[in-house]
Amino acid sequence: MRAADLITAAVLMLLGGVVVYDAVRLGIGWGLEGPRSGFFPFWLAVILLAMSAAIAVQSLRRPGGRPFVTRAAARPVLAVLAPAAGMVLATQFVGLYVASGLYLALYMRWVGRHAWPLTLGLAVAIPVVSFLVFERWFLVPMPKGPLEAWLGY
Amino acid sequence: MGFQVAVTPFNLFVAVVGVTLGTIIGVLPGLGGANGVAILLPLTFTMPPTSAIILLTSIYWGALFGGAITSVLFNIPGEPWSVATTFDGYPLARQGQGGQALTAAFTSSFVGSLFSVVLITFFAPLLAEIALKFGPPEFFAIQLLTFSSFVGLGGGNPLKSLVTIVLGFIMASVGLDIVTGQLRLTFGVTDLMKGFDFIVAVIGLFGIGEILLSVEEGLQFRGARTGMNLRVVLDTWKVLPRYWRTFVRGSVIGFWMGFKPGGATPASFMSYAFAKRFSPRAERFGKGELEGVVAPETAAHAAGVAAMLPMITLGIPGSPTAAVMLGGLIIWGLQPGPMLFVENPEFVWGLIASMYTGNVIGVILVLAGVPLFAAILRIPFAILTPLIVVVCAIGSYAVHNSMIDIWYMLVFGVVGYVFKKLDYPLAPLVLALVLGDLAENALRQSLIMSQGSLAIFFTRPIAGAINALALLFFLLPVLTLWWRRRGAAPPVAPRP
Repeated sequence: MRAADLITAAVLMLLGGVVVYDAVRLGIGWGLEGPRSGFFPFWLAVILLAMSAAIAVQSLRRPGGRPFVTRAAARPVLAVLAPAAGMVLATQFVGLYVASGLYLALYMRWVGRHAWPLTLGLAVAIPVVSFLVFERWFLVPMPKGPLEAWLGY
Repeated sequence: MGFQVAVTPFNLFVAVVGVTLGTIIGVLPGLGGANGVAILLPLTFTMPPTSAIILLTSIYWGALFGGAITSVLFNIPGEPWSVATTFDGYPLARQGQGGQALTAAFTSSFVGSLFSVVLITFFAPLLAEIALKFGPPEFFAIQLLTFSSFVGLGGGNPLKSLVTIVLGFIMASVGLDIVTGQLRLTFGVTDLMKGFDFIVAVIGLFGIGEILLSVEEGLQFRGARTGMNLRVVLDTWKVLPRYWRTFVRGSVIGFWMGFKPGGATPASFMSYAFAKRFSPRAERFGKGELEGVVAPETAAHAAGVAAMLPMITLGIPGSPTAAVMLGGLIIWGLQPGPMLFVENPEFVWGLIASMYTGNVIGVILVLAGVPLFAAILRIPFAILTPLIVVVCAIGSYAVHNSMIDIWYMLVFGVVGYVFKKLDYPLAPLVLALVLGDLAENALRQSLIMSQGSLAIFFTRPIAGAINALALLFFLLPVLTLWWRRRGAAPPVAPRP
């Protein structure tokens, strides 16, 4: 937990530094008729830097505690995160509907070990229903890929 | 006037849909109140604003009820403020009294919400009148007070609270600076020009983040069965008036806490603690005492409703969900704050009237539909989880039709997971993200008024008083530490 705390604080300090850099570029003083663009972000970043440093110090003084995430607990988390990331990546190429269908199928079969009929059934039904609900009824478009183009949408 | 608006057939229909959706959302983990409202917000773009806000508040209502269902039947709090409900609700369900517990919970929610709505009806115009006298320094002062109470009164590590607040403000400033027309913090990346949308942030932080957390804890959705029928409801109703003191106490605590940006969660815990302290049956708390369900639910709902009051009168959201709705108001072109009463009275009164109707509709629907809603959680985990992720992805994309928002959602999800584990509070981050532009504008205008001097924040009487209070809250953690070190600290009593 302490390592994670320190890393997070370090990342935040880095972020603060980056913001300070950009704020100075924009100008942090008084402009034509008011504070310049960088004024607000600059002071925010200063506070961020100071607080993150304080957290880091606080963290160092406390005795090391529980691990941030145990190996056993990390597996289910990654098991959710990795396929989800894969689905988002796939959406960029084949569109949301196909990607979510693949994702559902993969997850139901691989993680849930459901039978093929149920898996395939839902993996096709849910994207189709979503298509009808979002594209037709709510008229909210979603990213689409080659399959939809081939079908004429 | 408001009731004419609220009871049009379309708006009633919208309310029913909203409550149903909201309850489903409240029951599902990962789609909480704030998240659910955020996902459905883009769907409201085509509706007239009044109907849209009715939909959103109904969803919020439904989510509040839904959280109670999972708390009682599954010992899984669907919302942070339902945690206290699990203490006695789940034991009651295990003893076969789930129906009684749920009836008590829903009725308490109804009473608590009603209490707050009535108070809002009377106080809102009053507060709006006062707020009309506010200028930029006063608005900035109020916002400072809001965030300072998170840092000082929110419990937890004040340094970390401050960090998340500042982080939220920084994220809000990414993109186009409206006043000067310059691009900030974009580093030449086109996608960052739009900045970060709070909807996507909420979906990621609260939605995906919550899923990752519950997966880590290995939650199983196995629930207690419940016998729910009219006789159970009536029987419980006969018993409840015995607890009238708890109802009153809970409502007052809830309204007071919800009005300030503490939120429904501390209100529910406070009410539970008070009820336990003053109850003749204190030792039964935690083993299945009906009062232990009444107290937190009344407070949580009174608080949830009270969070609306500062939102519509001052433009300050009292909870993350109210923050999302505030964002919605801005998107629809309505200016939240005291001017809302002047310029769009039918909207405001319609909203308030819909709180009454939504409450009533909500209680009826929920009492009737408990078995149905409970059945949702029987859907196997491997189907439910990816489904929720897909819904979140759709919601994120729908905001700006932009692919990068879905990636943001994932990133926010990881951030939410990490932050929650390291005790960085998420609610202030969302509030800061929503209020960021408004706060900066208030600051800018104040400084222009004063020609660059910070003294304006203290020389104006109202602003000065509020700012002084805010400073006190900010320093409260430091002061408390100092007091403790000075006097000999009394030994901490062991927990009973």
